[in-house]
Amino acid sequence: MTTKSIDIGTAAMTASSAKTYTAWSRLLRVLKDLLANPSSGFGLVVIAILLVTALVAPWIAPYEPNMINLAKALQPPSTAHLFGTDELGRDVLSRIIHGSRISLTIITIVSVIVGPLGLLVGTTAGYFGGWYDTVMMRITDIFLSFPSLILSLAFVAALGASLENAIIAIGLTAWPPIARLARAETLTFRNADYISASRMQGASKLRIIIKSIMPMCLPSVLVRVTLSMATVILTAAGLGFLGLGAQPPLPEWGAMIATGRRYMLDNWWLVAFPGGAILLVSLAFNLLGDGLRDALDPKQGH
Amino acid sequence: MNNARFSAFGRQAGTILVTLIGLLILTFCIGRLMPVDPVRAIVGEEADRATYEMVAERIGANLPLYQQFFKYVSDLLHGDFGVSIRTGQPVINDILHVMPATIELATFAIIVGAGLGIPLGILAAVRRNKPVDHVIRFLTLIGHSMPIFWTGMIGLIVFYAALDLVGGGGRVSDYYIGLVPETTGFLLIDSILAGDWEVFWDAVNHLLLPASILGYSSMAYITRMTRSFMLDQLNQEYVTTARVKGLSKSRTIWHHAFANIRVQLVTIVALAYGSLLEGAVLIETVFSWPGFGQYITNNMLVGDMNAVMTCVLLVGVIFIGLNLLSDALYKIFDPRTR
Repeated sequence: MTTKSIDIGTAAMTASSAKTYTAWSRLLRVLKDLLANPSSGFGLVVIAILLVTALVAPWIAPYEPNMINLAKALQPPSTAHLFGTDELGRDVLSRIIHGSRISLTIITIVSVIVGPLGLLVGTTAGYFGGWYDTVMMRITDIFLSFPSLILSLAFVAALGASLENAIIAIGLTAWPPIARLARAETLTFRNADYISASRMQGASKLRIIIKSIMPMCLPSVLVRVTLSMATVILTAAGLGFLGLGAQPPLPEWGAMIATGRRYMLDNWWLVAFPGGAILLVSLAFNLLGDGLRDALDPKQGH
Repeated sequence: MNNARFSAFGRQAGTILVTLIGLLILTFCIGRLMPVDPVRAIVGEEADRATYEMVAERIGANLPLYQQFFKYVSDLLHGDFGVSIRTGQPVINDILHVMPATIELATFAIIVGAGLGIPLGILAAVRRNKPVDHVIRFLTLIGHSMPIFWTGMIGLIVFYAALDLVGGGGRVSDYYIGLVPETTGFLLIDSILAGDWEVFWDAVNHLLLPASILGYSSMAYITRMTRSFMLDQLNQEYVTTARVKGLSKSRTIWHHAFANIRVQLVTIVALAYGSLLEGAVLIETVFSWPGFGQYITNNMLVGDMNAVMTCVLLVGVIFIGLNLLSDALYKIFDPRTR
């Protein structure tokens, strides 16, 4: 009796560890595919660098990001200050390095809000159908009838200008395309045999959505979220630039460009480097998203 | 008009109506969320309680929320969009005043964007996976990923400060401002009407850089879409048939494949034209361009409620309109949907 229950226990454990194993090996294979392709590999490497930079920013930044040194204001790039100094003598490179933390925070929080929210709205709308579907899709229509920057601007104007509100505003505007996508995917699975099978076994609607539908939508949602991160980076920087996002002295890249603008005609490095950082990260997400689409596309076959 | 068509029309009208009402609810919510007391904004900080309440009564600020919403909608239906707190003018007059500058900018931008984007997209599709295709893909990716306000600044640093090839900020140089009587609001047209070619060329010189940068960002989108439409066509059998039958390559591409994607291209360009509004918000700030984008930003910075609500509503309506327009164009030009 006891041995048997242990047996079942071990069997269950091996089954679940086998499942984790296949998930991991699949992830590794996708990563390998991404690295093999030069463009998505470049994207992946840039994002990895961003991640590491953000983690170890205080140790690798040559100076304190907010250390004011008026004697050294507006110095062009040199060996002491690789990216030069700004109007208060702060080291531009150190500020960009610390700014990576802000960018990473924005990306992380927005994807944590947007991915699950879009997935939830899309799958439930697609599975339940009826008036709930109609209402949800009309709401996404309204959100989609705005360019994302203008809608985020409006939300920030309503909530007040700050980094937190900028993140909320971007989150509010970025979920509808994902919900649209998840709904479309759900509609293709809804009448599949394996869903009917699990319904006949007595699975609740919620269980079907979470266990059977969401995992199927996950790959395309992941691609979409990655691609939208490029837009998120640009929108956040745009808000910072207009003075409606992160506020100085925070070393947010867009806000750095906004303050550098006054001095830019004689001091190009104040805007060139932070903008270059934005371009690089946004480009990386676009490349990675394209690569992910190819790697996860089941039609390509493995 | 038969029955099925009529009901399809009714359904579409219903959808538009619901979307518009949703849009109104959204702008209303944005207005109410704003940390600005509309009554205080009118009476000022020093007003006594009696004045405050009188004004509150007059503008309906003390009504329950749903009645305020109905008042908002009925005001809009009567053409009353409120008065801007910042400029003291009716919002709608302000917008009409700034719109020509943005339209001038966006029109030049779309000429650049479509004029370059469509040929490049076709070229990329025809030379698929060849070096040209890769170069074009790289260019469009950069256009897609660049922060447009940054590109604008780099453009100013290089072409204005260093090379002195183009004008700086604004629509014309400072000493030309107000020289030409404002007839249409479109500076290029006004200066031609006035026969003042000096102002005209100065205005062109100022328009060149912001319009090209704005155009580059929409070129990225147009090229990508043209390429994928064109690839769809080139992979079809009729293209092979045309080639086998002895038609030249260029004739097959232009007379057959391109002819089939014209409708899709028109709708794409219409949507891209609308999306320029987004870039205009940033580019106008960089170039001190006195247009709609800068008007939105300034109002948001000071929390000018009526102006913000109207601008957001207008952008939403423009986008819904463009979507409808592109649907309609599709129906008119595509014989299969007739």
